[in-house]
Amino acid sequence: MTRETAVRSGRFFLQGNEACAEGALAAGCTFFAGYPITPATEIAEHLARRLPERGGVCVQLEDEISSIAAVIGASWTGARAMTATSGPGISLMAENIGYAVATETPCVIVDVQRGGPSTGIPAVPFQGDMVQVRRGAHGDYEIVAFAPCSAQEMFDLTVLAFATAERLRVPVFVLADAAVGHMRETVVIPPGDSLARVDRRLPEPSREGKPVPWFLDEDVAPMPIFGRGYQAHVTGSCHDEFGMRNVVDAPALDAFVRRLAAKIHRQAATLPRPETEGTEDAEVILLGYGLVGRAARAIGREARAGGLPVGSVRPVTVWPFAAEALAAACRTARRIIVMENNLGQMLPFVQAALGPDRVEGLAPTVLGTLHRPETVLARVREVLR
Amino acid sequence: MSAPQHPLLRYLRPGHVATTACPGCGNGIVGQSVLRAIDQLGLSLDEFVFVCGIGCAGWIPSPHFAADTLHTTHGRPVAFATGVKLAAPDRRVMVISGDGDLAAIGGNHLIHAARRDIDLTVVCVNNRIYGMTGGQVAPTTPQGVRTATTPEGNAEPAFDLCRLVQAAGATFVARWTTAHPRQLTAAVKAALVHRGFAFVEVLSQCPVQYGKLSREGRATDTLELFRRNSVGVRRARALAAAELAGRWIVGTFVGAEGDDE
Repeated sequence: MTRETAVRSGRFFLQGNEACAEGALAAGCTFFAGYPITPATEIAEHLARRLPERGGVCVQLEDEISSIAAVIGASWTGARAMTATSGPGISLMAENIGYAVATETPCVIVDVQRGGPSTGIPAVPFQGDMVQVRRGAHGDYEIVAFAPCSAQEMFDLTVLAFATAERLRVPVFVLADAAVGHMRETVVIPPGDSLARVDRRLPEPSREGKPVPWFLDEDVAPMPIFGRGYQAHVTGSCHDEFGMRNVVDAPALDAFVRRLAAKIHRQAATLPRPETEGTEDAEVILLGYGLVGRAARAIGREARAGGLPVGSVRPVTVWPFAAEALAAACRTARRIIVMENNLGQMLPFVQAALGPDRVEGLAPTVLGTLHRPETVLARVREVLR
Repeated sequence: MSAPQHPLLRYLRPGHVATTACPGCGNGIVGQSVLRAIDQLGLSLDEFVFVCGIGCAGWIPSPHFAADTLHTTHGRPVAFATGVKLAAPDRRVMVISGDGDLAAIGGNHLIHAARRDIDLTVVCVNNRIYGMTGGQVAPTTPQGVRTATTPEGNAEPAFDLCRLVQAAGATFVARWTTAHPRQLTAAVKAALVHRGFAFVEVLSQCPVQYGKLSREGRATDTLELFRRNSVGVRRARALAAAELAGRWIVGTFVGAEGDDE
């Protein structure tokens, strides 16, 4: 058997989690640290074989806290670093995710969501961590999160997550669920050299005794990675643009919080827009993300085939929340039905963006399963009546 | 003639010489011993990444050492350092942090790093208390000692950190006190030369919190106690447990000894 040292390219029948791992390899991932957890473990298993073949490091650590800590440490040496977990792991990682935000550390965090709260159900798909990844750590901050709906998007959005993390110096989440992680589908992997690789910007060589602004730039500061003589000072404490601690002055905190958030808001327009279908003249729009978004699209098509003025919208970037893009996509609709495999986590954000009167939530009859088309269509007909 | 300069000043980050440590703190002795060890070995700070956690001892390298410095979350510096070392094996990675950080909240990372025998140098500054937050009991506080959260005296026995990491698999383990700066410097040198997980515990005085609450006294009182009540590891082997009660065994427990022992 020949060892597959190169990035694969071609058509494959892959599990979503395997596609995610291949996406990481295609994106130039050189470091993975993780802890076993259903339904994300296959990513670590796949990389445990594939990363060392390509000169990278894949390590299993004592818990999720150390996994994200090691990822952040590795990223500061210049590695393109990733971890993969599920909700309980995100809970444990929360504090260090805040640290990655505060220190502007590029990293990719894959969350293959499962049923929760607590241990919940390991292998049942659920969209329970949508707000957690956005607000799970203390303080006020912004991150980026993408929601794949297929094995193909597990590949594509993992590639994009690395590029985005490097470009914005921020943790980027791939928010899958147990169904997307475990489904097997055709995945087309383009030739490795056709993928535009995005690298973080590095500073000019340090000039002796002259401080250089390496942090808190709303247009993303260059990153003074370790081992290049920058003598970088990296702290999760409130700091100035030189990385020097200021734990006394409120104006320093103001700049620390505002600039980190503004950095993400400024780049929001460069992130993938919602996928839309039949929205131009739709009176009812089915809005869903991840696998539920795929179901919303299918149900929307079925409704159209039956002569109903229905469209569908699937946010690909879930954070930062694309309020304006959604408003544009839903312009003609008098009713937006937000389909989520939870009790309505993104619903308040959609209501705030589009007006509460036009927006209603719809969970599946049984949480952890897909919405039944006839239930959704029945509600659509009621609304149109 | 120019003014005399401290020989270690060139290792400090320009503009960050002033310390936030309390009067009498042992941080200065530990910081000097570490820099002296690096100086005596002829190493450059450019070879290093210093990693520290939250608490007084974390402020020894951060921001004072003129080197790449990762000041992490509470309890996690060993985990961050593990990522740094695995991703950049050519770096010398040194953790300098406190007993609460490394042995309480971060205890699991400490024992697993020792088990892996990963090539890190960990200097644990053990002041036997949570100093920064105002003198609360630590897992290293001796039994019976009064702290801010044990007003009737600490009911729990203290960790022996050297025995802990030795049992977990560390391949270099030494303990000294701030009353032994030369031996401490030699131990840090030996730890830096060692390939594998090296752990140096430094008992350090905290007169403002520990000294006051425990009524041990001023910095000089604690230093005198460290000097008087320390027993070398070889001599300790000949002593009965009762004779060792309340005393600190110092020296190299595992690995090649420093040159000042």
